[in-house]
Amino acid sequence: MLRFVNLTILTAIIGLVVYAAAVLILNPWRLDTVVFTQGRAVIAVLLAIGLLVVLPSRLRDRIAALAIVVVPYYWLLALFLVPFIIVLKISLSDIELAIPPYTPTLDLGEGWQGIKDFFAGLDFENFEFLTTDDLYWKAYLSSVQIAFLSTVMTLLVGYPIAYGMANAPTHWRPTLLMLVILPFWTSFLIRVYSWMGILSTEGYLNQVLMWTGVISEPLTILNTNVAVYIGIVYTYLPFMILPIYASLERMDVSLLEAAEDLGCSRISAFWLITVPLSKSGIIAGSFLVFIPALGEFVIPSLLGGSRTLMIGKVLWEEFFNNRDWPVASAVAVVLLLILIIPIILFQRNQQKQREAEG
Amino acid sequence: MTRTTWFNTVSLTLGFAFLYLPMVILVVYSFNDSKLVTVWGGFSTRWYGELIQNEAFLNAAWVTIKVAVFSSTIATVLGTMAAYVLVRSGRFLGRTLFSGMIYAPLVMPEVITGLSLLLLFIGIGLDRGVLTIVLAHTTFSMCYVSVVVSSRLVSFDRSLEEAALDLGCTPFTAFRLVTLPIIAPAVISGWLLAFTLSLDDLVIASFAAGPSATTLPIKIFSAVRLGVSPEINALSTIMIAIVTVGVISASLISKRATLRQEAEERAAMRG
Repeated sequence: MLRFVNLTILTAIIGLVVYAAAVLILNPWRLDTVVFTQGRAVIAVLLAIGLLVVLPSRLRDRIAALAIVVVPYYWLLALFLVPFIIVLKISLSDIELAIPPYTPTLDLGEGWQGIKDFFAGLDFENFEFLTTDDLYWKAYLSSVQIAFLSTVMTLLVGYPIAYGMANAPTHWRPTLLMLVILPFWTSFLIRVYSWMGILSTEGYLNQVLMWTGVISEPLTILNTNVAVYIGIVYTYLPFMILPIYASLERMDVSLLEAAEDLGCSRISAFWLITVPLSKSGIIAGSFLVFIPALGEFVIPSLLGGSRTLMIGKVLWEEFFNNRDWPVASAVAVVLLLILIIPIILFQRNQQKQREAEG
Repeated sequence: MTRTTWFNTVSLTLGFAFLYLPMVILVVYSFNDSKLVTVWGGFSTRWYGELIQNEAFLNAAWVTIKVAVFSSTIATVLGTMAAYVLVRSGRFLGRTLFSGMIYAPLVMPEVITGLSLLLLFIGIGLDRGVLTIVLAHTTFSMCYVSVVVSSRLVSFDRSLEEAALDLGCTPFTAFRLVTLPIIAPAVISGWLLAFTLSLDDLVIASFAAGPSATTLPIKIFSAVRLGVSPEINALSTIMIAIVTVGVISASLISKRATLRQEAEERAAMRG
């Protein structure tokens, strides 16, 4: 049985390699004509089985050892790095109305002249365009602002919950933890959608508030930035609670008792001991909310209004509605440049925490 | 630390009410008879009936499940391999690039991942459909799998593997007979994570999907853009129910597996 599994994995790997090689030999440099056909796949599998039978077992193990590095590495190169380089390239290209709607395209069939033409066609026009049109820098600025404010709000909502969980009786904690994690497994889209019915003009919130007499006119919350803040706080709350809870749970209660014995009030003991000791959790949680919130698309497009400017939404519209690929790519490149700073800071914080623990 | 005060009780109650009330309202109103979604018109299951007859939703659900099964399975294999390489291999050419490519998709905004993959698919002339969504989902979820699996690999006793090698196992056999059974819980939770990420994804799928294949999130998104709809409430309720049952049973199973493993390890120590 295990031998069978072994052989199946190897067959698949060798098959893929043979397939790729066959395709490249048949059409050198013309990757655009590669078509996945079932006939070719069957031939590749048959060839792979043939090779396996012929090869001695030591060589098979060698291939397996190599494949374990090569397969995921090349997968990521082909489907993560190369696409990203394409985005960079297109951001430097000009819009064309043909399909694909950009020039120049790299044609290696034309040899050196093709490469020269390719580089001659690149320029920074799209990035210049981003600085001339108000829309883009306003969108970046308002994304940063919305992401920052909602991170602060998530912290204010999440900290008391994490604190309450860490102080709950020990036998309750696994259940509480699961209750925090459960929403994370539920569809993100559905969680955002659930607020549309609550916040709309004739929604449940307005019904309750009018019924209790708090307000006489329904509030307009849906399709404003307020709804976007609520949506971000709600969907990213588990990301804030979990790291803070993890750092609070490790805390030594005797420190608080010592502080109180020495005449510290409970509130100042909280600020002087609990908060500094949970600092790493607060920082980790804040980055885990801020980084994804910055590029958020679903929340501003469902809960926000036409005046909600967030860069993820602008990129989407630029691509799908205006079909301006070069500008959409330039927007993506700038968004990534903005994200690099918080990502590096986050990495440093994690590193420091690991060193402190180890 | 254990300090139960009224403050903690209040903050937990309010916090969990905030987390769960929207979903409870959604579930309750999915049984609403009225076509006006925010007005209660009596109990009924008519929206579930209409949902089952809606062929577009059923097709989308089928595509979504197919994509999720394929992409999470490939992602688990690739992610486990990547984790093994990251934790076990020493230095090799391009190691920094490799670990960078594993961690970058975790923080990359979905719109960028989606856009770049779409541009690749168009560049190489691959028709957009189920295959492209599977490729896209596999790529980002294998990174999550490898993070989950490598955290388990780091904490595991390497001497077990070395013993197998000393006894004449080839590295591949040692991995299969010793390492894989020990990291199996992490591999399974990696698969579950990849599966839910794939079921859940709207943005990347929208870029990678062509007119020939629509996933459930794309369908839901285009339906709710115009406002709340009772059919989507019913669909959401079904999805929430599946996830709840799935998560609770998965946690019970893993709890039992851990208990059994601990018992076996204790028995092995004694023997």
